[in-house]
Order: sequence, then C-alpha cells, then structure tokens
Amino acid sequence: MQRGVVITGIGLASSLGEGIETHAAALAGHMAPVVDTTSFAPYPVHPLKALELDRQIPKKSDQRQMEPWQRLGVYAAGLALDGAGIKDDVETKSLLQVIVAAGGGERDHAVDGAILTGLRSANAPGAYLNERLMGDLRPTLFLAQLSNLLAGNIGIVHGITGASRTFMGEEQAGVDAVRTAHARIASGQTEIMLVGGSYNAERRDMLLLLELGGYLRKGDFAPVFEREAAPGIVTGSASAFLVLESAERAAARGAAIHARLDKVVAARSKRTLGAVEATLRALIGGFGAISPDVLAMSAATGAAGITGEEAAALSGLPQARRIATGDLLGHALEAAFPISVALAAAALSAGQAKEAVVTGAGHWRGEGAAHLVKA
Amino acid sequence: MSNTHRDSKGRPIVAVTGLGIVTSLGQGKDANWEALTAGRSGIHAIERFPTQGLRTTIGGTVDFLFDRPFSAPELSEKLAMLAAEEAVGQSGIGQPGDFPGELFMAVPPVEMEWPQKQELAASIEGDVDYDGLLREAATLKHKAKHELFLFGAVADHVADAFGTRGSPISLSTACSSGATAIQMGVEAIRRGDTQAALCIGTDGSIHAEALIRFSLLSALSTQNDPPQAAAKPFSKNRDGFVMGEGAGALVLEDYDHALARGATILGIVAGCGERGDGFHRTRSSPDGKPAILAMQDALADAGLAPDDVDYINAHGTSTPENDKMEAMSCAAVFGERMARLPMSSNKSMIGHTLTAAGAVEAVISFLTIAKGRIPPTINYTTPDPAIALDVVPNFARDARVRTVLSNSFGFGGQNTSLVLTAEPARS
Repeated sequence: MQRGVVITGIGLASSLGEGIETHAAALAGHMAPVVDTTSFAPYPVHPLKALELDRQIPKKSDQRQMEPWQRLGVYAAGLALDGAGIKDDVETKSLLQVIVAAGGGERDHAVDGAILTGLRSANAPGAYLNERLMGDLRPTLFLAQLSNLLAGNIGIVHGITGASRTFMGEEQAGVDAVRTAHARIASGQTEIMLVGGSYNAERRDMLLLLELGGYLRKGDFAPVFEREAAPGIVTGSASAFLVLESAERAAARGAAIHARLDKVVAARSKRTLGAVEATLRALIGGFGAISPDVLAMSAATGAAGITGEEAAALSGLPQARRIATGDLLGHALEAAFPISVALAAAALSAGQAKEAVVTGAGHWRGEGAAHLVKA
Repeated sequence: MSNTHRDSKGRPIVAVTGLGIVTSLGQGKDANWEALTAGRSGIHAIERFPTQGLRTTIGGTVDFLFDRPFSAPELSEKLAMLAAEEAVGQSGIGQPGDFPGELFMAVPPVEMEWPQKQELAASIEGDVDYDGLLREAATLKHKAKHELFLFGAVADHVADAFGTRGSPISLSTACSSGATAIQMGVEAIRRGDTQAALCIGTDGSIHAEALIRFSLLSALSTQNDPPQAAAKPFSKNRDGFVMGEGAGALVLEDYDHALARGATILGIVAGCGERGDGFHRTRSSPDGKPAILAMQDALADAGLAPDDVDYINAHGTSTPENDKMEAMSCAAVFGERMARLPMSSNKSMIGHTLTAAGAVEAVISFLTIAKGRIPPTINYTTPDPAIALDVVPNFARDARVRTVLSNSFGFGGQNTSLVLTAEPARS
C-alpha cells in the first residue's frame, strides 16, 4: 500500500526572518542573504534573525532551559503546528510522531578555554580536570547537550505526547528523517508526523569540527555554485519543521495543503570521483518524468568537488530553475535537507512552481533527494 | 515462493536470526550468559581515567578491547563491530561484507574529547580560546579528528564493514535508543522496504566528563565500595544508576525470508510501543502514563494480552524515581498478577549501558527465552516495601519463558517497550 503524503504545515526560521511569506519572497529573488563576516572571522555565517520567543515558547523557564539551537527548533516546530492548524488539537498531538535531525549541544566556550589553559600547567591533569568540570559545568548543560532533547523540548513546550525519534549523522540525518517520516505515512504505519531539524551556526565548537576537516569557506560570502576559487561551507542558523500527513487525513479535516511530497530517497556513495554526481542522477532518475520548468532546490554545501558534482547532476534538468538553499540562508547541516524541502514546499504553495526536486549531498557522506508536486 | 506467514495484523513477521553482545562481563553470548546467570557483576572501580575528587568512581567499563588510549567513538565502534560480527555470523545471512539489508544504529552523541582538545591547544601561545583552536584546526594537521567526531561516522564504518544496504540510520532516543533501533528495523521489514535489518545499540562513552555530567544531575550511585553492590534496582536503598558500556546487535529478518534460506529462528520481535512524555526533561510523569501506554501499545501491536507475558526485562536503572515509576506502571498494566510475574533488571550486573541498553537487554531477553532461565536482579537485600515485585532476587531461576516485555525509558520523555517472543509453532 502506498498512500499520498502531503505537507500541511511549514515552519521556517532563519537569518531572513520567519514564516512562509518571508522565505517565499527570498525564493522569488526579492531578498539578499544576510551574512556576518566579522563575528566569527575569518568564517562568514548567516546569523539568526532574532525571534520573539514568547510567541512560540510562552514560559520563560522553558526558554532558559534550552540552548539557542533548541529554542530555534522548538520555535520553528511551533510555526509548523500553527500552520497545520493542530497546535491546540490535543487528540492529534497525542498521535503526532516526531522525527528530529539533530546535532549536539553547545560547549561552554569560556569554560573549555580556561580549563585547557589550566591543564597545561596542572601537576595532576586528571584531578585538575575533574575538579574544574565538577565546579564549572552547569548541571543543566547536560540536558542542553543531549541530541534528543530538542525533540523532548518540542514535546514539553507544544504538548506533543506522541513518540519522538532523533536522528544524528550530519546532513544525512535530515534526509533520513524526512524519508522515514514519509515512508511511515505512505505505508500506513501512521497518519501524521512532525519532522525537521535545527542548526545554530553561531558557535565556534561546530565551526571547529568542520574546520578540522578543512570544510569551511573563509573570507566573504559567495554563491554556493560559484566558490571554485575558495570552496567551502558558509553555515547558517536556521530551522525547518514540516507537518506531513496522509492525503486522506488532510482532506478529511479540510486542511490547507502546501504541496504533495511524492518521494524521498537516500543513498550512501563511496565518495570516489564522480560518485556523488552518479548517485544524485540515479536518485533523480527514480522520480520518473519531470517537467522541464521544475524547481531544483539544492542543499549543496559548497564543499570542494561534491558541489560541482551536484551541479553536474542537476544539469540533467537543463531548464530547471536552480536555487541553492545556501544562497538564501546558508548551510544548516542536519537541518539543511528539511529546510530545502520546506523551501520547495513554500515555493509550490506560493505558486512559484508546479513541481520541485530537492537534492543534497552531505559534506562528508550521504546523498538524498525528494520530489514534490503542487497539491 | 509465496510469503505465507503474517502476524495478527496481516504484516510480515519479524524474526530474529542472529544475536551478538559485548558488556563489561565479557564478549559474546556465552561469556555474558554464564556471568548473568551466575549473578556476577561487571561493575568495578574505574581505571580508565583518574577519579580523584569524583563522587562516583565506579562503572561497567569495557576494558579488554584496547591496549592504548581511545575515544568514545572508537570504543563504541569496536563494541558495535564485535556484537554485529557475532550476530551476523550466527544468522548466516548474506556473505561476508554483503549484508542484504539495512542498518539501524543507536550511537551515543559524541563530541571532541579533552585529550584531542589538549592536542590542539598544545601549540597555542598564551591563553587558550576557541579562536586559537580554530587557527590550529585550519592547519589541517588534525584532519582525522573531523571524521572521528562526526555523529554519522560510526554507522558509516559499520555499514562499510558489513556491506549493509541503503542509508544507515544513526539515532538517539537517549536511554531507549537501543530499543528504538530495533523498532526501526521492525518497521522497515513490515513496510517491505527491506527483508533484513542489522539493528545495533552501542555505547562506549564512559569518560570523565560524561560521568561528571550524570553526576551533576545526581543520577549516579555514589556507593562506590564495593563496586559490585552499587547497582541495586528495586531495593529500598537504591541511590542511582551505574554507567555501563556495551553493545547488542540483532539480525532481524522477514520470517518467510529466514525460513526460505533455512535459518534458525531465535525468536520474534512481535510488538513495539513508544510514547512521549511531555512532563519534564529528566523526570517521568508521576502517574507513569506514558510508560503504561508504551507497554500497552507494544502488547496491542503484538496482538497479545498482559496475561501472555511470562517475564519483564525491566528498565530497572536503580534510580529511586525510575524503579518506583516502572513498578507502578507495570502494576497498572498487569494488575494483581504483578506480585508473581518475574521482572528482573540486567542493569544490576552490567550497569546502565545507556544508548546500548535497549539492544543489549533485548539480546539477553532472547537468551532468556532460549535457555528457559531468568537472570536475577542482584544486590536485592533490602526490599522496598513500596514496590511489591518478584524481581528474581539474587539467583537465576529456571522458567518457561515464551513472551518477554522489555522496557526502555529515557531522558527527554522517551518510552519504548518491545514484546519479544519465542518462535511461533510452525503450521
């Protein structure tokens, strides 16, 4: 049994602002990207446009117990629930299952620096580390650090008592989150799901992880597919959540439908030369006939080699209108693919296209694609 | 050949054809089973790192796999590989390096650890800050640390080693992660996405900061002496859990696929239930409602009734709150029968293997079914009068066990229950 899956809620928040209209305007080319080249120099980032948190996270105590990536995700999830008209639907929220693509929590950068400095001259480094960590770590840090606590906070703040799962694994976690949510509804295992991810780019610990592998672009912003001279990722703070629903259920309750999520597929190529291009071509090929004027929404990272391969794969759709998510709001790792699907759905919803293909290749591993059509 | 076997809901039946396990008690099913049924503890004083100044100095660390320093992802990967080798080997499925199915892995959230940060900091002049660390990273002299601390890398390496198909899943539902990995394999087989799944829970993340974080939450037992007596689930004097390490791996397979290739069926994953708890970030709903619903959902998913359950493999962490909540929830599901329905906690011997626990304990549950013997809850010397349970105290017990309910509950409101059964009589 394969049932139709539709998108009935879109929650988006980024450096551009929040909501479908704002992001649709950016998709239409009416907004320039917001880039901060000084705060984390030499690494440019797309900083989050400040959120009015009270609108989605009414309790200050909840806000305090979360880190920025969690607040951002909980906020975007709330927008999706509002948009789908189920925010106050207790019965639906008791059935609603959640899949979150998440990274890890933020380090206390000052504490880390001070301990690393002190460790150099410590006579007994192990004992020194224990003493400092026992004294300097906030007990609540642990909770902010746990990857599954974004899902936990979404449950607590929005009153969702259905089960949640958290996928980890950088960009591919986002692909597999959307893929699994779609598969569960399409196969009849569940009726409605909330799926998405959240990424805070304004933290040096994550820049450090990516820069260890030499994946970051330095200096200024350049469009994702025009970075050959100085390839690399420009990260952006952003989050997207989608309410996915069986077409029958959405129709029965008269929900507004942004787009139909036709297929979501994933692969793991060996990353030999040309493998990403061949893999993405094969994934797109599985979507069947695609209309020439399709929207090609790319979650390409900007990383050397594979970004060019993704462009080459998309050249198989020669008349497509190609938009890189990174050109609008930066690269958001785990959230990059859900954001790109959300942007494609927003474009379809706004009448900017009738069909969309979403692609993405993780900076280190994993490839994914999705096919959306106008409802 | 036509598929002829379906469960009570018309879905493919999910068979188990391979099991693998590593814990602080040893490597492999035989070593673990011998120790578990002898009531032996794997908890000991931690020697991996200095424990001066710590309130808790014990753990169920796995210390027999490396003779050099290692990081959490390295140990977690090694544990997973060993458990998977045992499970895949037993199942006889596919060919070496060519597993005909998908990979679902519960992996601990990892991040760069202190030794690696200290390596980066070594060449920094003056006070260390993240800008200095970033400058050192940009030299690309530490490139291997990128892959080492990616969340997706452990599963990627396991996928390479076993040749699993598709995009491997790395997941976390905190302390119910291992059970969620199994549940995802079950769902994929029921959907017909795959005929086989390699489901693994692994956790080798006991290092100083991990232990301190749990300690700061007052979640850990501080009764360090003797270490073997610290984990005492359901006892009145229980005072927290003991961190453990290990991995459990299961080969799940469409029952008809397994029959067709003449595989030995070790059991069935008959039902899964999961519920969120919107009550609190670390505390369970006091009424136990999400845990109750997870157990009831799992039974309903299996098409079974509470009376069909022969044994409960408890989450049983040995924290004051979990054990009370779990006992109360079980009483709500099983009623008066709870006083004589055996329910034991493997954690009394291996500690809480965290991300791995659901998978490790599912493996032990299938061994319990196969051997007809229930591992005890050790250290049960001071019963809690508020919790009237048959915890299989201190000594293993022979029993006919055909249906097990295995519970896993985690921070962030994660509640997962699995119904694990013997192979149905073939028709």
